[in-house]
Amino acid sequence: MEKTKVYVGLGSCGIAAGAQDIYDHLRENTASDKLDLEVTSCVGMCYAEPIVEVVRGGERIRYGSVDKKFADRIIASLESGDLPEDHVVTTTPEGKEYLDRQVKIVLKNCGIINPESIDDYLSVNGYKALEKAVNEYEPAKIIEIMKESGLRGRGGAGFLTGQKWSFLAGAKGEKKFLVCNADEGDPGAFMDRSVLEGDPHKVLEGMLIASYATGAQEGVIYCRAEYPLAIKRLNKAIAEAKERNFLGDSILGTDFSFHVHVKEGAGAFVCGEETALMASIEGKRGMPRLRPPFPAESGIQQSPTNINNVETYANVPFIILNGPESYNKYSFKNSYGTKVFALAGKIKRGGLIEVPMGLSIKEIVEEIGGGTDSGRPVKAVQMGGPAGGCIPASMFDTPIDYDSINETGAIMGSGGLVVMDDKTCMVDVARYFLAFTQNESCGKCTFCRVGTKRMLEILTRITEGKGVPDDLDKLEELAHHVQKTSLCGLGQLAPNPVLTTLKYFREEYEAHIFDKKCPAGVCKPLITIQIITEKCTGCTACARVCPVSAISGEVKKPHEIDPEVCTRCGLCIETCNFDAIEVV
Amino acid sequence: MGVENAAYVAADEAREIVALVGSGPDKVIPLLQEIQKRHNYLPEDLVEAVAEEINVPVADIYGVATFYSQFRFTPMGKHLIKVCKGTACHVQGADMLSSALCEELGLEGEGTTSDMEFTMETVACLGCCSLAPVVMIDGKVFGKLTSSKVKKLIKGYRDGKN
Repeated sequence: MEKTKVYVGLGSCGIAAGAQDIYDHLRENTASDKLDLEVTSCVGMCYAEPIVEVVRGGERIRYGSVDKKFADRIIASLESGDLPEDHVVTTTPEGKEYLDRQVKIVLKNCGIINPESIDDYLSVNGYKALEKAVNEYEPAKIIEIMKESGLRGRGGAGFLTGQKWSFLAGAKGEKKFLVCNADEGDPGAFMDRSVLEGDPHKVLEGMLIASYATGAQEGVIYCRAEYPLAIKRLNKAIAEAKERNFLGDSILGTDFSFHVHVKEGAGAFVCGEETALMASIEGKRGMPRLRPPFPAESGIQQSPTNINNVETYANVPFIILNGPESYNKYSFKNSYGTKVFALAGKIKRGGLIEVPMGLSIKEIVEEIGGGTDSGRPVKAVQMGGPAGGCIPASMFDTPIDYDSINETGAIMGSGGLVVMDDKTCMVDVARYFLAFTQNESCGKCTFCRVGTKRMLEILTRITEGKGVPDDLDKLEELAHHVQKTSLCGLGQLAPNPVLTTLKYFREEYEAHIFDKKCPAGVCKPLITIQIITEKCTGCTACARVCPVSAISGEVKKPHEIDPEVCTRCGLCIETCNFDAIEVV
Repeated sequence: MGVENAAYVAADEAREIVALVGSGPDKVIPLLQEIQKRHNYLPEDLVEAVAEEINVPVADIYGVATFYSQFRFTPMGKHLIKVCKGTACHVQGADMLSSALCEELGLEGEGTTSDMEFTMETVACLGCCSLAPVVMIDGKVFGKLTSSKVKKLIKGYRDGKN
């Protein structure tokens, strides 16, 4: 009997959802002459992990939420030939909705090929763009193609990539560096991680083409240490590419040479800023410095340097192979191509998605994401992480393009898109982000160092019910000073989460300050947890679980919570099987 | 072990580490990462020995070490718990998980239990946002947690069942 090829999605989140156990289970329980078990990475359908894909007669059938029991059914089907018809995720209406609106350029191979095999990458036109570049084009022509494609930096700032490359190409210096920024620090974002785990060769190929176009001889991939799997797969990809002469000296028999290595970050958000990142690569504290000189004039070791984000490089092979018009045909206003987003938060179908520019936020949240997981109304999305802002549901017609997103006060950012429902407190969200940036401020600029701290104190006070009437004016005033007097993006953009929530959800701030209420029921000092007498069956489950013994009552009779003792930890709400405990 | 003896061992290990990683100024972070990989924190005598070995002032090395959140200056417990404080985890109740963990472990916040069994840290984002809220224990991610589930999880580790 012919062997059946079966792929198991082993990205970080797949593994976390139990995919490794499924992989091992399949391996242990199937004879190797029947099964060709392959590893792949995240296909982006995080909501359906663990995912197993069976290849049968050229068709790929993808199963979601696979447990050991279902894996046993797949094993049995290898014998009988009758594949299970349930658990299929791609052909269901839900799966179709999730996939149909997407256009996959960057993520095309993710979850399809084995990221640890260069042969798999070669089988999907891998390194063909590099061959085309070095054999058919002069470096200057490549820069021209990149400009024409309209690709803008996907790290957040949105600078035209071709233009950036032309600065490095025109810079004088014997040694030139090329950096891939994989220090994905935004909480709630995992685009770069998924690309590196799922298709590391594509990023390398993008860097190689950039190196050929700009004349850079040495490459550094600066990756977060929190991404061990990405680092492992990158190093394997580099070793394999060297063996096949795609990397190293005299690449593909030409006189073009390029060397690249991975540098592990050490946990500092500010290192996402390019000058801080370069300081970190040099082994120093990652503090941003004044520009000019720009990296293209004086970067690593005072040599000309170009820095692009993972997703930016991952777009390059497609553009070179298919021509700029195949890329910029996806366009909206001044934005071209596609953008990868990490869709997370209170969403039904969360995952990694890639959409053409111009799709609206509504289409992403409702059609691709399927609305909230709770079924509650969506209140806002947070875009751009700690430097971004919250866009309210009333503005969900806003299209995805750099300019339209900027107009809302948020930013495109690197692609974190966190959905919030009416049980999310916007003041708490603003406080959360400010606590993050305040903690990550390097301390160089006074307003970023001290101003964010004072802003955080005000926000904390508001969430504790101790806010005073002129707090909101003070917050706004401080926010503007921090924006204006900070050297780098971290400080300049830190007030964004506060300013956008103040702009769109001012009444929530006012409810905290004047009514001493948290409308979303999140801020602990402003809420009371109580038992709904009519619903309580007196099962005592809540009383048993309460860590501070705040709940009392006789068996089979409605219980009561002592608000003086209650710490509002929420354990009782979690435990109650009758929805008899509420937050007011 | 006497103080002199400890210093001697540290000097030996420092040489070994520098030989492995290299000694240029750009190697400071990889050197510290190697020390932490071996000891799970940065022992003072070893950091000083490495500084001497590569001829960089100890103050400079600590300047770098204290800047990055990856580095630990006190010994770690047997199990390392990383509580994700990413945005997705935050809106899905990460704070409740930390409170439940603190309560279960008898900690006030981040830190190590007095029996050296557990170290709890918070991290910015583990990138498993679709499984929020998550914690990572000894490199393994546990997702879609609740306060009661996380407490059970810790009890399991304590009883040696996990």
